[in-house]
Amino acid sequence: MEQQPTIWNPVAECMPREELLTLQLGQLQQTLMRVAENVPCYQGKFKEVGFNPGDLKDLSDLANLPFTTKEDLRLNYPYGMFAVPMRDVVRIHSSSGTTGKPTVVGYTKADLASWTELVARFMTAAGVTNEDIIHIAFGYGLFTGAFGLHYGSEAIGASVIPISGGNTDKQLMIMQDYRSSVLVCTPSYALTIADRMEKQGIAPESLALRVGLFGAEPWSEQMRVEIENRLGVIATDNYGLSEVMGPGVAGECLCKAGMHLAEDQFIAEIIDPDTCEVLPEGSVGELVLTSLTKQAFPMIRYRTRDITRLHYETCDCGRTFARMEKTRGRSDDMLIIKGVNVFPTQIEEVLFQIEGCQPHYQLVVERENNQDKLEVQVEVNEKIFFDEMKQQRAFVTEAEKKIHSALGLSVKVKLVEPSSITRHEGKACRVFDNRKN
Amino acid sequence: MKVEQISIFIENKSGRLAEVSGVLGDAGINIRALSLADTSDFGILRLIVNDTDKAFNVLREHNFTVSKTEVIGVEVPDSPGGLSSLLQTLDKNNINVEYMYAFVERSGDNAVIIFRFDDVDAAIDVLTKNSIRVIEGKKLTSI
Repeated sequence: MEQQPTIWNPVAECMPREELLTLQLGQLQQTLMRVAENVPCYQGKFKEVGFNPGDLKDLSDLANLPFTTKEDLRLNYPYGMFAVPMRDVVRIHSSSGTTGKPTVVGYTKADLASWTELVARFMTAAGVTNEDIIHIAFGYGLFTGAFGLHYGSEAIGASVIPISGGNTDKQLMIMQDYRSSVLVCTPSYALTIADRMEKQGIAPESLALRVGLFGAEPWSEQMRVEIENRLGVIATDNYGLSEVMGPGVAGECLCKAGMHLAEDQFIAEIIDPDTCEVLPEGSVGELVLTSLTKQAFPMIRYRTRDITRLHYETCDCGRTFARMEKTRGRSDDMLIIKGVNVFPTQIEEVLFQIEGCQPHYQLVVERENNQDKLEVQVEVNEKIFFDEMKQQRAFVTEAEKKIHSALGLSVKVKLVEPSSITRHEGKACRVFDNRKN
Repeated sequence: MKVEQISIFIENKSGRLAEVSGVLGDAGINIRALSLADTSDFGILRLIVNDTDKAFNVLREHNFTVSKTEVIGVEVPDSPGGLSSLLQTLDKNNINVEYMYAFVERSGDNAVIIFRFDDVDAAIDVLTKNSIRVIEGKKLTSI
């Protein structure tokens, strides 16, 4: 039998950085030529700043180019950003955007092949092999998550169960009977599955699950520990967004020391979301991505709104690509309450530190008498429900105190009944800002 | 001696109590005794019912957060001072009451007090030694 690789594409993934930068420069120049020729939006943007694609001589020149934003994609809805004729497009996907029109993205055959390769890379990095049975509980449809993982799994040679999202009881039945060994879903759905397992008395050891590939929403280290304990899996993070590619832009190896960002396909910059200045290496800021190989839907300096940090030292696994920290939230998800910057994941971390508490939660911000008030709504579950009022109130007080010491902000913790927090396709909606500015 | 009580987490919003009693009614479960402890945001509803396990399961199926707790029922004469002497006995013996609630028996001669103690067994011991009648669990759920 053929030996399964532990690195899917060592030539690319372990490329010396100097070589990588040369490769990036060449590909960037080509991409700029192509968009300047084929995409009116970029023609306009380049003209505005007086840029000719031939002007770019060095990677650092990229910082002079304008950004692409979600708004640009909306203005060019549906196909305005495509750089190839529709006859070359073989797949359409769409963002899971919750406001306004969705954004439409397209892929050529070659784009699908590179996407598949990127997913195969991070799945292999997480220890998935052709022996595995992959349980894909992302919703199949316009959302890139399910199809991305599906094609990557097939490339590895693993067996795919395209169960799609929802119907947790059925998911569990199939997991037990079909012996799923790898779970693919959002981290919040992984906890929903864990809840249901506990209710039904299914022990994690009775399942064949060994690896979890979780993505599509930010999650904390505490949540990772909870998922690993309750599902009995190694939980890894992966990152991607449909505007840029889908899952596979970055993914963790078993060192869990950040997600390897596929720098042979994308250039990553970190900017200050307010001033839009490129920040020095190692800074925390908004991730900006430029695609290097994409044909149908190239992106120049796309503002992801995801806040993270990149590390450039070679990983213990030998991969040389930059490692991206777990996203800390979104630059547009960040709440400023009484001058304090609050990311939902910070509150999540605190909640998860409280014994027995792995709740669904939601943040509601209100303004009363010109005072901002943050309410943290926590769905009660059997582990944090006490028959005695004294204990129940102590739980609330403890949560409030811990959040206060972590954020320096007084919040009100409100317990709500199970399932009262809205979920969209397994993606929890974390923030409601009701302030009238 | 002990009887199982069901506790239910209820958000403080209209219609929730009706919902709980509706679920139990539809399942043919009879409520024997009840108490509600509440704050401005939520309440804890405690029930003694004729079929604890069934009530527990049916509420869970309806997505309520429920738990079971052991409590005991004590009979006291339905007359002035009846409760006072009982509580004094408990106090003297350092038995701490977490919470309690009461109802009057159908015959009307005695009141039944449901007690939640932090140490149930010690409490039963003290009550028995002082010749205070602890009601059998079975009898309580079928009153």
